[in-house]
Amino acid sequence: MFDHANAAVEAALDGGATYSDARYIEAREETIEVFNGNVRRLQRQESSGVGVRALIGSSWGFFATPDITPAGLAAAGRRAAEIAKASAQVAGTPFDLADVAAVEAEYETPHEVSLLDVPLSEKVDMLVAVSNALRTVDEVKLALAALAGWDTHKWFVSSQGHRIHQHLVETGGGFEATVIGESETQVRSYPQSFGQFETGGYETVRAWDYLGNAPRIADEAASLLQAPQCPEGEMTLILEASQLALQIHESVGHAIELDRILGWEAALAGTSHLELEKLGKHRYGSDLMNITADATLPGALGTFGYDDEGTPAQRVPIVDEGTWVGVLSGRDSAAWVGLPPGGMVRGDGHGRFPMVRMTNVGLIPGDSSLEEMIAETERGVLMSTNRSWSIDDKRLNFQFGCQIGWEIENGRLGRMVKNPTYTGITPRFWGQLDMLGGEDEWVHWGTPNCGKGQPIQIAHTGHSASPGRFAEVRVGVTG
Amino acid sequence: MVGDRADAEAQITMGTAELTRFANSFIHQNVGEEYVEVRLRLAREGRVATVTGNHSGDEGLAALVDQALTIASTQPVDPDWPGLTERVEIPDSDHADPSTVAATPEQRAQVVADFVAAGPGMRAAGYCDIDWADVAYANTSGHHATSRRSRATIDGLQQTDESAGAGHQTSVAFADLDGGAAGTLAAERTRMGADAFDLKPGDYEVVLGPEPVATIAAFLALYGLNGKAVNEGQSFAALGEAQFDERITLVDDPLGTDALASPFDIEGTPKTSLTLVSSGVTVTLAHDRRSAHTAGAKSTGHAWTESVSWFPFAQHLVVTPGNHTVDEMIAAVDRGVYVATFNYCRILDPKTQVVTGLTRNGTFMIENGAITGAVTNLRFTQSFLAAWSPGNVAGIGNDLRYADCEFGHGLVRAPSMHLAEFRFTGGAEG
Repeated sequence: MFDHANAAVEAALDGGATYSDARYIEAREETIEVFNGNVRRLQRQESSGVGVRALIGSSWGFFATPDITPAGLAAAGRRAAEIAKASAQVAGTPFDLADVAAVEAEYETPHEVSLLDVPLSEKVDMLVAVSNALRTVDEVKLALAALAGWDTHKWFVSSQGHRIHQHLVETGGGFEATVIGESETQVRSYPQSFGQFETGGYETVRAWDYLGNAPRIADEAASLLQAPQCPEGEMTLILEASQLALQIHESVGHAIELDRILGWEAALAGTSHLELEKLGKHRYGSDLMNITADATLPGALGTFGYDDEGTPAQRVPIVDEGTWVGVLSGRDSAAWVGLPPGGMVRGDGHGRFPMVRMTNVGLIPGDSSLEEMIAETERGVLMSTNRSWSIDDKRLNFQFGCQIGWEIENGRLGRMVKNPTYTGITPRFWGQLDMLGGEDEWVHWGTPNCGKGQPIQIAHTGHSASPGRFAEVRVGVTG
Repeated sequence: MVGDRADAEAQITMGTAELTRFANSFIHQNVGEEYVEVRLRLAREGRVATVTGNHSGDEGLAALVDQALTIASTQPVDPDWPGLTERVEIPDSDHADPSTVAATPEQRAQVVADFVAAGPGMRAAGYCDIDWADVAYANTSGHHATSRRSRATIDGLQQTDESAGAGHQTSVAFADLDGGAAGTLAAERTRMGADAFDLKPGDYEVVLGPEPVATIAAFLALYGLNGKAVNEGQSFAALGEAQFDERITLVDDPLGTDALASPFDIEGTPKTSLTLVSSGVTVTLAHDRRSAHTAGAKSTGHAWTESVSWFPFAQHLVVTPGNHTVDEMIAAVDRGVYVATFNYCRILDPKTQVVTGLTRNGTFMIENGAITGAVTNLRFTQSFLAAWSPGNVAGIGNDLRYADCEFGHGLVRAPSMHLAEFRFTGGAEG
């Protein structure tokens, strides 16, 4: 398989590339959805092909094809070089890549059994049982249970001598109960909205006990129809861990992408409020805020052996006791600013150009607990499980909606509230972090649907988080 | 290959997509892909499975068939399986423009060069891309159809340290793209955006450019004006009711000369022009075969790869234009806001259509009928249904064009629009 990638690289070099690399990828994916007790979607996807990069001057050229005949691979390499050459009509400053040692290596995700190798009947039976359990609560009108898994082999070759084979296994799923009111819908999901995804096999799903949690989730969904609206105003906000994970993803993870900071993503995703000259000085948040980008975390969704440029997975400090100290980078962006490459470049399948993506960008746990946070809160709201998310092009102004909330009065959890929302400005909000849950409540949450780039790419990212408390946050924004 | 072992349908799409991406006023990423998408769905005694692959040779197709048959045989019967599309005549369609099929990386780079040159002293960022494909559909009921389609887009920003403006063009024909014109529009908005001030959030009269109008139309279509959302009780849509201002007519027009689509959907159902909203009255819903089966209706040809999980989606929307110029609509505003584009919109509840998002790349103060300055980006939390409700649409522009929307390019043709009230819930300071 290395030969497929190598043939494309050789052709790109013959075409004039000063550097080239290629990934030959064989990918299998399975999606199962059970809706109101019936299988509504059972889909298997298989794809294979090669994607080759060619660097000429100030631009990358890239071409992808499923055609792995010698002629097809040679044509792809030549095309990548031709495309790169055309960029010279609107040229920038030529650049080199940051150094990464060339290695020959193998990596495989630790797993027991890939989702795709589990008998269909076992998976479908489990999802049907969960969906039916949700529907035992009369108010639940839409009961969805789903699984998805990816089983991917990548063979990476570079013109500098890399030859790396990786077998990556990712698995996840979840369920949701939707209730319909006169002029509203309410939703509850488990383990989080869009499901929980991890590296590993079907054993990761079994650990979440879908069936055991279905009755609680269904009851909560039904109760939301009768619940009062979330209060409005500035007050203490406690975020359950999966919502805090998404908060990290949106207001930290994207903001620290070096390609955004350099303006390379300005048109679609935007830039960043962070300025490189403030690296090591900028106050991102309170002293409790310690964030790393760690692609080595066992089981986390953004874990791998090597990124798609052949850089080894690594743990990079991002925020140290509230101070911004690190970025997400690749060999090109790191070279632009003179930093070591972070090993954070990945492409969405063989057909997409590898670019800076989050690995596992997460909070180091604190020493508190959800119970302590509630006990020490005079007036506030606890919010759980994301329902909507929106943030501006500099990753500053955000507004999130959650599925469910509870009032907190004088240290005790009070009434359930519906339509909880909160809004804020990134550094101010993180500066208000005053309590953070400990290792017992720390989870490697997975985000399987991170969009970025043109053409759009979807990445799988991880975000470790425990519950957190924030002072004086504006909540209850309504339209 | 399936023979009489199952009811089956297959669609094969083979195409080329190439995209030239620029930032900081130079081309930094330049990509291309030959793609093959094979989608096979079959039902064996009501047991349904879907498989996809990216190899169209006999060996690859045979492997897909075997896999689909094996998977289906282990499944429970799907009680909502709507069956295959019956045989119906669909003329072969060639709607791909030769200039798009033949566009070279050098030609795309020239469009980019023209865009960049239109903003001297500014930082330009965006892309120019082409996409064309041949599509073939066939099923075991004897139904088949073929088509060829194309699209080309130039989309980008001009930026200074204090402001940014956007320009966008999409067409069937690459030859239609004018990078200089798109870049000039973006540069004008960027210059107008200098010295922006923070506007206090609240309810304001607004004039929306085609991009935000396109986003409103797309949200209403995806999350409401379709059969699945109504079947499930998640939609606001009530057929026959005047849910919108009488100025609003919303049509899905997949067959017009400017349309980018194939004349059939992934289930082989022929597409036709479909009026969803007529003079404010909700009149029709978009269906795929499954939602139509449940509702006792006929598919309108709106199946797509995700319609089983999401919703059937009208993806060739046209917001019927009015007869006002943008200047006339601005002249009719005493105190309000002009919005060039929305950014990062997300729905809070599909039934209320409350959406939060931000303004971006051109937000301007209107006072006494004229633009008097720029304002910093605003956050809105606003029901899109209420935004187009009876009495709230004060005017519609005559500037219909393809407009980029939250879900991407090439989905909506929209004009500018004047709304009496729109709720901004936050500003630059939160």
